[in-house]
Amino acid sequence: MMRPIRRILQAREAGIIVMLVIFSLAVGAIAPRFLTAETLGIVLLAVPLIMVAAMGEMMVLVARHVDLSIGSILGFSAIAAGMIFRDHPELPLVVGCGVAMLLGGALGAFNGLIVTVFRLPSIIVTLGTLSLYRGLLFILSGARQIDPNDIPEPLIRMAQTSPIGIPWVVIIAFAVALATWLFLTHSQIGRQIYAIGSNPVAAPLRGIRVVPVTILVFTLSGALAGLAGIIYAARFGYVNPGITGVGFEFTVIAAVVIGGVSVNGGVGTVLGTVMGVLFLGAVQVALPILGVSGFWQNAIYGGIILIALIIDRTVRQGGLHGLLARGGA
Amino acid sequence: MLTFTQQMARNWGNVRGGNADMTGMAGAPPLISARGISKSFGGVEVLRNVDLDLTPGEVHALLGENGAGKSTFAKILAGVHRPTRGTISLSGKLVDILSPIGAQRFGITLIHQEPISFPDLSVAENLVIGRAGGKPLGRVRWAELAQDARRLMSLLDVPIDVTLPMRGLSIADQQMVEIARALASDSRLIIMDEPTAALTPKEVETLFGIVRRLRDEGRTIVFISHRLEEVRAICDRVTVFRDGEKIDTAATETLSDADIIRRMIGRPLNDYLHRGTSHVGAVALAVRNLSLPGRFEDISFEVRKGEIVGLGGLVGAGRTDVARAIFGVAPAASGDILVDGNRVVISQPTDAIALGIAFVPEDRAVAGIFRSLSVESNITAAVLGKIARGGVVRRTAERALARQSVERLRIRLASLRQPIGELSGGNQQKAILARWLLADPQILILDEPTRGIDIGVKAEFYDMIGDLAADGRAILLISSELPELLALSDRVLVMSEGRLTADIPRAAASQEAIMHAAVPRASRAGLGA
Amino acid sequence: MSAIGSPVAPAVAREAATARPRWQIILIRPETVTLLLLIVATIVASRLSPFFADLGFILESSTYYIELAIVALMATLVIISGEIDLSPAAQMALSACLFGTAHRAGLPMWLAMGVSLLSGLAMGALNGLFVTVLRLPSIIVTIGTLIFYRGLAQVLAGDKSIGSFPSWFVGIDYRMVGIVPVPVLIFVVASVGLGLFLGVTVIGRQIYQIGTSEIAAVHAGIRVRRIKMGLFLASGLVSSLAGLMATSRLGSVRYDLASGGELTMVLIVMLGGTYIFGGRGSILGTFLAAWLLVIIATGMTVANIAINAQLTVMGLLLIASIIATNAIYARSQR
Repeated sequence: MMRPIRRILQAREAGIIVMLVIFSLAVGAIAPRFLTAETLGIVLLAVPLIMVAAMGEMMVLVARHVDLSIGSILGFSAIAAGMIFRDHPELPLVVGCGVAMLLGGALGAFNGLIVTVFRLPSIIVTLGTLSLYRGLLFILSGARQIDPNDIPEPLIRMAQTSPIGIPWVVIIAFAVALATWLFLTHSQIGRQIYAIGSNPVAAPLRGIRVVPVTILVFTLSGALAGLAGIIYAARFGYVNPGITGVGFEFTVIAAVVIGGVSVNGGVGTVLGTVMGVLFLGAVQVALPILGVSGFWQNAIYGGIILIALIIDRTVRQGGLHGLLARGGA
Repeated sequence: MLTFTQQMARNWGNVRGGNADMTGMAGAPPLISARGISKSFGGVEVLRNVDLDLTPGEVHALLGENGAGKSTFAKILAGVHRPTRGTISLSGKLVDILSPIGAQRFGITLIHQEPISFPDLSVAENLVIGRAGGKPLGRVRWAELAQDARRLMSLLDVPIDVTLPMRGLSIADQQMVEIARALASDSRLIIMDEPTAALTPKEVETLFGIVRRLRDEGRTIVFISHRLEEVRAICDRVTVFRDGEKIDTAATETLSDADIIRRMIGRPLNDYLHRGTSHVGAVALAVRNLSLPGRFEDISFEVRKGEIVGLGGLVGAGRTDVARAIFGVAPAASGDILVDGNRVVISQPTDAIALGIAFVPEDRAVAGIFRSLSVESNITAAVLGKIARGGVVRRTAERALARQSVERLRIRLASLRQPIGELSGGNQQKAILARWLLADPQILILDEPTRGIDIGVKAEFYDMIGDLAADGRAILLISSELPELLALSDRVLVMSEGRLTADIPRAAASQEAIMHAAVPRASRAGLGA
Repeated sequence: MSAIGSPVAPAVAREAATARPRWQIILIRPETVTLLLLIVATIVASRLSPFFADLGFILESSTYYIELAIVALMATLVIISGEIDLSPAAQMALSACLFGTAHRAGLPMWLAMGVSLLSGLAMGALNGLFVTVLRLPSIIVTIGTLIFYRGLAQVLAGDKSIGSFPSWFVGIDYRMVGIVPVPVLIFVVASVGLGLFLGVTVIGRQIYQIGTSEIAAVHAGIRVRRIKMGLFLASGLVSSLAGLMATSRLGSVRYDLASGGELTMVLIVMLGGTYIFGGRGSILGTFLAAWLLVIIATGMTVANIAINAQLTVMGLLLIASIIATNAIYARSQR
C-alpha cells in the first residue's frame, strides 16, 4: 500500500531513531546497566504520562499553535477525578476517568474558542489559562491534596501490571499513539489539521473550516491532558494541587519538538513524537544511572528544544550555509 | 458517496459524451456573459463597463499592459473580487459569484501565477483537499487516493511522483497540479494567469496539448498572457484591455501582432509632452554585470546626474529586483555597483543611504508606510538621526521639516499628527517621496511612483520628478505606464525575463518600441517594426 | 516646466479623513482605561481595608512585585518592537544563582555582582542570536531558553537555597527614602528613564516603527537587527539586575526565584495596553498597570484569598486584557 509523504517520514524520523540508538549505546558504554530489560521497563513506565499528552500537543503544534496550559489541565482533571474517587468511592473507576477527560476537553475547548473567536496568539492565551486553570484547581480542591488511600487500588495496579505483564498504562499510552496516528493519517479532518498548519491563508480558500478544526485540536489536547491526569494519579498515587503538572508542558513540548514536529506547523508524525518521548524517557532514566544529578533534567530539555529549533531551521533553509547567509537587513 | 475515481469518470465522461453539441464556437450560446463590469479600489477605478462573452469550447486570450484590467476582470470571474457594478450570467442565468469557493461551485477555477498549495502535504492530498463535495468526516483511502492522483497526472502526461510533498516541486509542476485540480472539480471555465511564465518550451507544449483537449471537450479556457506567439498558437479569440476598458474582441487570426499591440497601447499622440531638454552631467550610478540567479542576469547600465533613465518592462521582468539589489534590500549575487565612479559594496539599505541612494518602493502599503504612525514621523523616518542631537529627537526641527515637505509636495492632510493610513493613496505616496527627498539623495530610484494615483496628482508627481532631475540628481524611474516613461525619460531601458533588452534614447522611443522589447523573446521574432 | 497638459483633477471625495481633535487623541487610549481601572481598584480596595488608604502601606506591599514590574518595563519595549521574550523570570533566577554561587565560592561581592550582570548580558545575547541571526520566532526561542536557563539554575543551586550574604546587601526593601522603599525608587527611575528613551530618542521612535512594519523599517534604512539585538541584551541585563534585587529582598536565592513570573510580567504589560502584535504601547501604561497589579494582588491577599487561587484572577485578567486591547487597536486598524 502506498503511503504519501513517506519520504519526509524517513528523513526526520530516521534522524531521531539514530540519535536514540547512539545515545543508548553511549550511555551503555559508560554504564552497562543501562542496556538491560529492566531499564527498558523503567523507561516504558516513565513514558505513558508524557506520551499521552504529547499526542495532543503534537496536534496543536502541527496546526501552528501552542498549548502551554496542558500542565494545569492535567492537574485540574487529576484533582477532579481524585475528588470523585475520594468522595464517591462507590462509583466505578470509569466515571472518574471519564470526568477527567471530559473536563480536560472542556478546558481545551475554552482555549480553542478564545484563540479562534478573538484571533489571539495561542501562546498568550494559553499562558493565561495556564494560571487560570491552576487557580481553579486550587479552588476546586480547597488546596487539599488527594492522598494515596483515596486513589482506588485498581487504578494503582494499572500502573504496575496487566494480564500480559506490561502495565496497563503503557498499553493505553501506545494505544493512544496508535489512535492518533490513525486519526491524523486516515481521516479527512486529520489531514486538514496539517493543511491549516502548512498554509493557514490557503486553508479557508480551499474550503477548510478552520475555526471548528482548530477548536477540535485544542479540545483533543485538553482531553488527552485529562487522560494524562488519570495516569498521573495511577502512577504516583497522589495528586497535589501545587505540584501535579507544574512545568509539565515544557517537558511535553521538548519531547514533541525533538520528535521532529515543526513549530511552523504542517510537519510532524506520530512515530517521530513517540521517538521523541522515548528519547526523553531514556534521558530521564539515564541521568541517575550516570550519576548525573536529576537537576540537570530541565537544562537538558531546554537545550534539546534549542537544538531542535536550529535543526528545524537548517532543514528548512537548505543547509547550514542557507542558515547563516543573509542579504540586506 | 462517489469515490474519487468515480467522480472523475463522471466528470470526464459527461463532458465527452453528452455535450458534443457544445463544442465549437460559432452559434453556441455564451457560457459566461459579463455586462457592464466595473471595479473600483478605494476610489480608483480599474475597470469600466466591460462587456464580454465567453463561449463554451474556446480558448480565449486576455491581453493588455500591466494595470490594464485584465487580471482584475479575471479575478472577478473567479470570485476573488466582487464587481462594483455590472452583472455576470452563466449559461443565460444571472449569478452572483461571492467567493473563490462559490466560483468553484459554478465551475470556474482560477490558476494563479504563483500556485497556492499546502507545501507540507503530498501532491495527491493537494489535489483532493477541500474539493467541493468532499466530506470532512470521511476516511482517507490512501491507496485509492494515490492511484487516482497518478492517473490524473498521467492524463496530463506529467510524470510527477504524487507521494512527494508539494514543497519540493518546481513551479511548473505545481502549476500542473493546479490544473489537475481544476479538472478534478469539473470546471467549465478555467482561467490561467500567465501560465507559461515559468515553463520550458517542452512543458509549454504539454500544457498546450492539455488546453486543446479541454477545449475539444467543450470547456472554456481563458488565457492571460503577454506572449503573443503563444497566444497565436493556442487561442481562438483575443480580447484586448486598455486603461480599464475592453477595447476589442476578435478572432486571433484576423489580427496581426502589430494590430494587437496597437490596441494595447494606442493613445492619441498629443497625450504626452516631453519635459524640456535636460542638462546631463557625470555618471552617478553605474551597474556592471549585475546578476541574481532566478531574478536577473547580466544587467549593466549607467545613470548620469540630471538624467532620468526609465526602466520599462512587464511585471516579473526583474526590474524591482534590480532596484532592491542596488538599494541593498536583496543584494545581487555577482556584479559591481559604482557610485560616482567608485566601486561600492551595498549589503544593506544603510549602506545605500550612506552613499546617497534612495529607493521609493512600489508597494507602499507593505514596504513604505508605517500605517498607524503619524504623517510627521513617516516623513522624517529616514533622517531622524540627522536631525537628532545626542540621540534625542528634536521635535521642533522635525515639525519644521515635515511642514516644509507638506508644502513643497502639496500633501493634503488634516494634521501632521494624524496616522498616515488615513491619507489618500496619492498623499501617502507623496509622503514617502518626501521622506526620501529629505535625505537629499544624489541617486533616486522610483518604483512605480504613480501607481494607484489619480490623474491630477500624477501630473504633480511628473513635475516634481522633472524638478528633481533639473536639480542634478540621477533618477532611475521604473514604470509600467508607457506614456509616463516616454514623458519623463531621457533614455528608456527595457527588461524582459531578467535581461536588459533595450536601451532606447528619447528620440527613438515610442510605445511600440518599448513594448517590442518588453515582450518575451519567443514572441519578438514574429513582430514587425 | 509642465510635462503633461493642464491637469484637471476630478474632485476627489476626500483627500484625508479629518483628524481627531487633540483631546481625543490624548484621552482615548488604552492607558486611560488602565488609569481608570487603577482608580477604581484603589477605591474598592480601600473599602475592603483601611490599609489601602495609606500610601505607605501600598508602597511597602509593592516590593513583592517590583522586580517583575521592572522586568515588565523592558518586556514592553521588546513587545512593541514586534518580538516577545518569555525568559526574563528564568534569567532572574539563573543570574541570581550565579551570584549566590560566586559569592559562596569566595568572590568579593562586587565581582559576584559583576558576574551576575554579565550572565544577564550573555543570556540576552543568546536570545538575540536565535532571533536576529537565525531568524527563529522569538516566542518559541524564549520558551526554549526559559526552560534552559531555569534548568541551569537548578543545576547550580539544586533544591537548596544559597544565602548568608553580607548584611549591607540584604533587605533592600527596607531601605527607604522618605516613605518610598528603594526598590520602588529604582522602578520609578527606570520607568522615567525608559519612558524618555522610548518617547524621545531616535531609537525609541524606531522601535515603534519596527513593530508597526518591519519591512517598511528595513526599507527606511532602520537598523532592525541591531536594535532588536540591543533590546534582548538590555532585557538580559535588566533581568539580572532584578534578580539581584530579589535576592536582596529575600536574603537568599533558590532556583525557583520568580517562578511563575512569566505570567505576572506579561500580565503587567498587557494590562498597560501594549499591543501584542507590536507597534503600540507605552511605558506609562506599564507603569500604571504595575500599580494596578499591586493593588489587586495585595487586595486579594488582604481579603485572605490564597495566593494560589489568586492565579485564577491573574489568568482571567490576562485573557481579558488582551481581548480588550486587541479590540481597541483592531478597530482603529481599519
